[in-house]
Amino acid sequence: MNLNRFLKTIFLTEFFSAIIKAIREIFRPKKTINYPFEKGQISPRYRGEHALRRYPNGEERCIACKLCEAVCPAQAITIESEERKDGSRKTTRYDIDMLKCIYCGLCQESCPVDAIVQGPNFEFATETREELYYNKEKLLDNGDRWESVLAKNLKTDNIYK
Amino acid sequence: MDYFITLINEIYKILFLVIPILVSVAMIVWLDRRVWGLVQKRRGPNVVGPFGLFQTLADALKYIFKEIIIPASANKTIFILAPIITMTLALVAWAVIPLSETLVLSDINVGILYLFAISSLGVYGIIMGGWASNSKYPFLGAIRSAAQMVSYEVSIGIIIINVLLCVGSLNLNDIVLAQKNLWYVIPLFPMFVVFFISALAETNRPPFDLPEAEAELVAGYQTEYSGMMYAMFWLGEYANILLMCAMGSILFLGGWLPPLDIYPLNIVPAPFWMIFKILFLFFLFAIIKAIVPRYRYDQLMRLGWKVFLPFSLIYVVLTASFLLYFDKLPKGSF
Repeated sequence: MNLNRFLKTIFLTEFFSAIIKAIREIFRPKKTINYPFEKGQISPRYRGEHALRRYPNGEERCIACKLCEAVCPAQAITIESEERKDGSRKTTRYDIDMLKCIYCGLCQESCPVDAIVQGPNFEFATETREELYYNKEKLLDNGDRWESVLAKNLKTDNIYK
Repeated sequence: MDYFITLINEIYKILFLVIPILVSVAMIVWLDRRVWGLVQKRRGPNVVGPFGLFQTLADALKYIFKEIIIPASANKTIFILAPIITMTLALVAWAVIPLSETLVLSDINVGILYLFAISSLGVYGIIMGGWASNSKYPFLGAIRSAAQMVSYEVSIGIIIINVLLCVGSLNLNDIVLAQKNLWYVIPLFPMFVVFFISALAETNRPPFDLPEAEAELVAGYQTEYSGMMYAMFWLGEYANILLMCAMGSILFLGGWLPPLDIYPLNIVPAPFWMIFKILFLFFLFAIIKAIVPRYRYDQLMRLGWKVFLPFSLIYVVLTASFLLYFDKLPKGSF
């Protein structure tokens, strides 16, 4: 052990400088956010909770082409459809099992009419499994609630598609 | 009837001591986590109550309502007894800690010996917990812990001898009063440093948290514990840390004495100074948790036996010869 190292050891210089540094770090701005009260930035491409969108006149966009059902790698989507009186094909059932879903975003990509989208909401934890079997009403309701954000995000992200 | 009045009086006094300690343990856990977080540029617990102060109470409530799982192959009696022993011993030791000249539960004249004996017994809770779990990791953790605590107790004992040589009494109040003119941290500074580091090892704090090294031993001797039993280990551990801080402030930082016996300082009540010093030492404990990496086991043993033990022994000789040569030995005690 050379003299320099020996003096450093017995006078605990590294120890004290570490403590001083630690105390200085205490007063530095924090790197984490105060989560439930403030939230971080989310990309417009964020793949969160699903929503079924409507046209501005209130008609649902989904045409029951079942592309999302076919592409879904987790087979989380179940769709049943029938012809309506006006001759259009619409879904009678549109279920997503949110527990099976892997949030890959393929349903949104495959949708020809931008009906099924994944919104920015990630705070939809529930206390029972049953609440996470989403049906058509729930998805349409999500769409209505998040429409302004969803439309804006689709528009922002459109140039990269 | 007289007997009952005395009994109730004693119980009242004990509760008056134990409840503030449990509350301050809760606050100290919060402080620990908060300081740890702040140093790492996180925020630490800050949601429950003002500044997150009630976080520990919320945690304790959670632990109370959790199920206690006893492993099928565990030795049930010892398994249940272990956390109780840890916590009881951590609380019992507080009986002799003086918060001021009069504010002490029992002012016995072998206070420091009692304190040392009780803190040595603390290892039993850990060994029993680790052994009775009948599982690999708790067992390894308990073995490590036993070796570690025994090693560092030796040097703590010799450090205490240093202080006792200067005081000439085993009574904690006498030790505090002997520091009226000069805190022992100044003449015995190297011993204070060694004591502090040994206290870290004694309470299984980082960088000596080998018994519960989470990267290699899951949670050490606590692995099989759950619910309130885990919480009791945890309370005992923090009560022990507080006790070590109190011991350090009594032996080296002048206990409940003000730093200088001058006007604005000496009107502050004595318990305040004691609490302030304990908090100061605890703050160092908490900061150190954030700044140091864990020791390797052989390094830990080398530090204890090959560095601290000879060093504190040599310092005993130095202190004794200094006191003898300058005729400063405490009078009338030996």
